[in-house]
Amino acid sequence: MSPSGAELLKQVKSQIDEIDPSKVRELIGEGVAIIDVRETEEFAAGHLPGAKHVPRSYLETRIEGVVADRDAQIVLYCQSGNRSAWAARTLEDDLGYTHVASMTGGITLWKDRGYEVVVPRGLDAQQRERYSRHLLIPEIGVEGQQKLLDAKVLLLGAGGLGSPTALYLAAAGVGTLGIVDDDEVDLSNLQRQVIHSTDRVGVPKVDSAEESIHALNPDVNVVKYPVRIDASNIMEIISGYDVIVDGVDNFPTRYLLNDATVRLKIPVVSASILGFDGQLSVFKPYEGPCYRCLFREPPPAELAPSCGANGVLGVLPGTMGLLQATEVVKLILGIGEPAIGRLLLYDALGATLTEVKVHRDPDCPICSREPDEIADEEMGVFPDYEAFCAAAG
Amino acid sequence: MATIKIPPVLRASVGGEKQVSASGENVGDVLRDLAANHPATQEQLFAADGELNRYVNVYLNDEDVRVLGGLDTAVGDTDTLVILPAMAGGA
Repeated sequence: MSPSGAELLKQVKSQIDEIDPSKVRELIGEGVAIIDVRETEEFAAGHLPGAKHVPRSYLETRIEGVVADRDAQIVLYCQSGNRSAWAARTLEDDLGYTHVASMTGGITLWKDRGYEVVVPRGLDAQQRERYSRHLLIPEIGVEGQQKLLDAKVLLLGAGGLGSPTALYLAAAGVGTLGIVDDDEVDLSNLQRQVIHSTDRVGVPKVDSAEESIHALNPDVNVVKYPVRIDASNIMEIISGYDVIVDGVDNFPTRYLLNDATVRLKIPVVSASILGFDGQLSVFKPYEGPCYRCLFREPPPAELAPSCGANGVLGVLPGTMGLLQATEVVKLILGIGEPAIGRLLLYDALGATLTEVKVHRDPDCPICSREPDEIADEEMGVFPDYEAFCAAAG
Repeated sequence: MATIKIPPVLRASVGGEKQVSASGENVGDVLRDLAANHPATQEQLFAADGELNRYVNVYLNDEDVRVLGGLDTAVGDTDTLVILPAMAGGA
């Protein structure tokens, strides 16, 4: 005769390790994976500190994304200790995990003991739906999505690079997007600046960008700066942002931005494009090199084609802008390996991506010094600055 | 012969090629060979004192030659030199 459900549960519990909440409490923060196997709504109502969420119904498919090491110590819990017992047996018998325990009495007993419960700031039902593909990724989840919603990212330029970056960061749910651009939409922009549209030719780019962003995701707060960034306003504009996306089209502003962000210790995701070629790097002050470590000084105007009207393959800023957006998301979430200390060189015609190393320069005129040693007058200045700008027009 | 990757802004100076070959025992020799064959690159690569211009980075494979032995860094036949001036296009 087949056993009843209750008998089977008893049998399962006799085959697995169970652990008392008091012991689990001691293990928190000790490198043990604590996994909540309940449903999404239950997890959202409150969970153990540091717990990861893997619903039991997705256990087999998602556990490896959270705990890859089969010999890692894992504690599973649910509401009362039953679902986690089944889950423990699955991990051991079917998936080969060797150190799995189920917490006795589940979160109910945990709460009865008066232990700490973390209530995640919730996403509403619409946000849950909108960001569901993020919530399914263990590296993001509700916690990561909340980080994105809390993040403030500043885009310098709503042009070729800024267009795709802004759209995808908005779609990803980055909560605040600042946009600096004093230009208006021109017909010749639309071959690549996909955030704008034909019926918005002549409209300020910050307004056009805001309209597209809100159409895509009304969650995003757009802060508009219809100005040209310069030494007099840069510190005020960039203060308070978590990450800056550099898509500016001239060297003086790139150096100015570098110097200001080093002073404020704000990471910059930088890219540049020309013809069929793109470059990208992440400059995180004092953790990696800065832009001046990479290029101590700009080339003379005749070798700096950014100063004039130059051609660019329309899709190239899309490619490079989305690499930038990806780096921004990684920095906000603290995942992966951002391109710090590395310069990526993309050759669209050859379909190749080459990488070279970038080192911190111990003699860097800016980042070899402490932020408070860098004076206002030094920002954005380089040898022959005035001659450069005069030649560049 | 080492391979040299030519950046977009210098391609006109080497007949439009994306990469060229040049010979030499070290980075300085290879680049001087490049300049001998393509004189328009001379001023773009080298300052009057014979050193690399500060706005040009040169990498031996993936490493900046300035953290290796500079122009004296040895170069083998299978090595690739990447010449990289700063770019600032974004719009």
